[in-house]
Amino acid sequence: MQRMRTWTTMVAVTMMAVAGASCSKKTPPVVRPAPPPAATADAGMGSTPAPPAPPPPVRDEPVSVALAPPDPAIGSKNLDDLNRESPLAPVFFALDSYELSADARTQLQGSAQVLKTNATWQVTVEGHCDERGTAEYNLSLGERRALSAKAYLVSLGVAADRLRTVSYGKEFPFDPGHDDAAWAKNRRAHFVITAK
Amino acid sequence: MTPTVRTFVFLAAAASAVVAGRAQTPAPAQPPQQPSEVVSKITGDSGAPPRIAVPDFLVAGGDKDTAEIAKLLAQVLYDDLTFEAEFDLIPRDTYASIPVARSLSEAPFDRWRELGADGLLMGTVNKSGQNIKVEIRLFDVRTRRQLLGREYSGAASNPRLYAHTMADEVHLTQANLKGVARTKLTFSSDRVRDRATATIEQRNVKEIFIADYDGFNQRRVTVNRQLNVFPSWSPDGRAIAYTSYRRGYPDIFISLIYQGTMETPTNGTGQNWLPAFSPDGTRIAFTSNRDGNSEIYVMNRDGSSLRRLTTHPAIDSTPTWSPSGAQVAFTSDRTGAPQIWVVGADGLNLRRLTSESYADRPTWSPAPYNEIAFSVRTGSRFDIKIYQVDNGATRQITFGEGTNESPAWAPNGKHLAFMSTRTGRASQIFIARRDGKDVRQVTRDGNNFTPNWSPAQ
Repeated sequence: MQRMRTWTTMVAVTMMAVAGASCSKKTPPVVRPAPPPAATADAGMGSTPAPPAPPPPVRDEPVSVALAPPDPAIGSKNLDDLNRESPLAPVFFALDSYELSADARTQLQGSAQVLKTNATWQVTVEGHCDERGTAEYNLSLGERRALSAKAYLVSLGVAADRLRTVSYGKEFPFDPGHDDAAWAKNRRAHFVITAK
Repeated sequence: MTPTVRTFVFLAAAASAVVAGRAQTPAPAQPPQQPSEVVSKITGDSGAPPRIAVPDFLVAGGDKDTAEIAKLLAQVLYDDLTFEAEFDLIPRDTYASIPVARSLSEAPFDRWRELGADGLLMGTVNKSGQNIKVEIRLFDVRTRRQLLGREYSGAASNPRLYAHTMADEVHLTQANLKGVARTKLTFSSDRVRDRATATIEQRNVKEIFIADYDGFNQRRVTVNRQLNVFPSWSPDGRAIAYTSYRRGYPDIFISLIYQGTMETPTNGTGQNWLPAFSPDGTRIAFTSNRDGNSEIYVMNRDGSSLRRLTTHPAIDSTPTWSPSGAQVAFTSDRTGAPQIWVVGADGLNLRRLTSESYADRPTWSPAPYNEIAFSVRTGSRFDIKIYQVDNGATRQITFGEGTNESPAWAPNGKHLAFMSTRTGRASQIFIARRDGKDVRQVTRDGNNFTPNWSPAQ
């Protein structure tokens, strides 16, 4: 679909170029898209009346190509692939705590850079807990963890309205195990890119 | 037609509508046959609880299934009466030597007396097509007098409901007690094993279910493939408020279970969870982050008249109403570990109640009791404790058989439902008496959480 639209655009541009060249009474090249009409006019005789203004760009004029993100590999990925490879790594918390450790801050500084580079991304910060608290209290504790991560990102210059928080308490453990290693992985703030 | 019979017919119709998804017209109730209304109560020997026997009901007519129903009615009635513990039930496997009566007027009272019975509950069942007629009589074994006589008729689709209705009638007339035999539980379950759309992790959804208090007739209330948790009955028994992530974040929804409609009282303001209906059903207390962190709020059921009860940067969560509706108890970690606190419904007179290692899910008993059950961390798991509001004393009713969490009182205050892993890794719903005795398992399918007990009929 994308390819077809690009092709249509190219054909349209070619046809417009042909039309513009005809007005300036020059013999246009026929085998490849012509340079823009204005350039053709400048290069021609001064006495020739200026060609009509170029037509307004067609709707699919590929303006966005010029604004492609610096890392084309990330920019071309869909949201699912992007989240699967997780450019915004989760940060982890101590038991019953929502304080950011030094490691978590370092991690979030990297995430803040990624978010500044990809300034259009919208992100949901999920707060999660391990299974050892109650389901009820953990919902609020997960919220505090999500808010801690968000607040730090905002302090690093990420716009607050790009970061939404939601707590899942202990409902969605990352590791279904029941030991210290699993619990440590489950006490986390997890980042999901929801729009780019 | 007695009020009891009229009430029953209504219930049977409502139940049929829920089961089949369409209204069925029940057969009209028969005119009352019983000769007289109850005036006297069964008594036991020298102040002991009355000893009561419940033999299989007699088949007064029907098809090949009727004998099974006759046995079922007696067993369910026996189980209901045992659970309330108002009477001393004589075990049903000790009746074998006593001749089976051919009719209600021919009970071998001498033999029942030899077995120690003070009271004899005898019934008959007559099944005709899709309809059923059940008679129940309570006899004083010493005097051979009938103390209670009732006849019920209606659809045969759920015979257990007849036994439950009889149990409630026996408790009301003989013990002046609103029994729980016709009550229901609501809870959250992952049994459907649906998965929410997620990017990395496998995320099992939870849906809200209801079941009879004894675990029969389990039915699904929500169908949205998201997290649906923390259900709470309205005091009229017709609605369940719960927390759902159906919009991608926690918010409060109210399902009117007999109408199939839904209300959204918070009108999209903030994230909201853990709703609890006030005892009169007009208000809902809940937890919300709308002002920046978890605080306790109260709103009218339609979302109007919002009042904020707590103002503290720490976590305030999980509200529960006092029986009068004048106070709200909740969980707060403002002094460190989460503890149970109480505040007036006007936001005044805040005070801390517990000094545990970690306490959550307060649930205030109905009147006449004035107690708050809660989950408390005991080692690596949780147990259930009960705080007596009048004198501050605390007692424990579970003792480390798995984890035991999220207690919920029965409407008569004599029982608790809770979640426990005592039978294995899976979380299941159990009910027990208020002293922790007579524990009965309600769910077995999947993992089940956060029970809430319906009001009495």
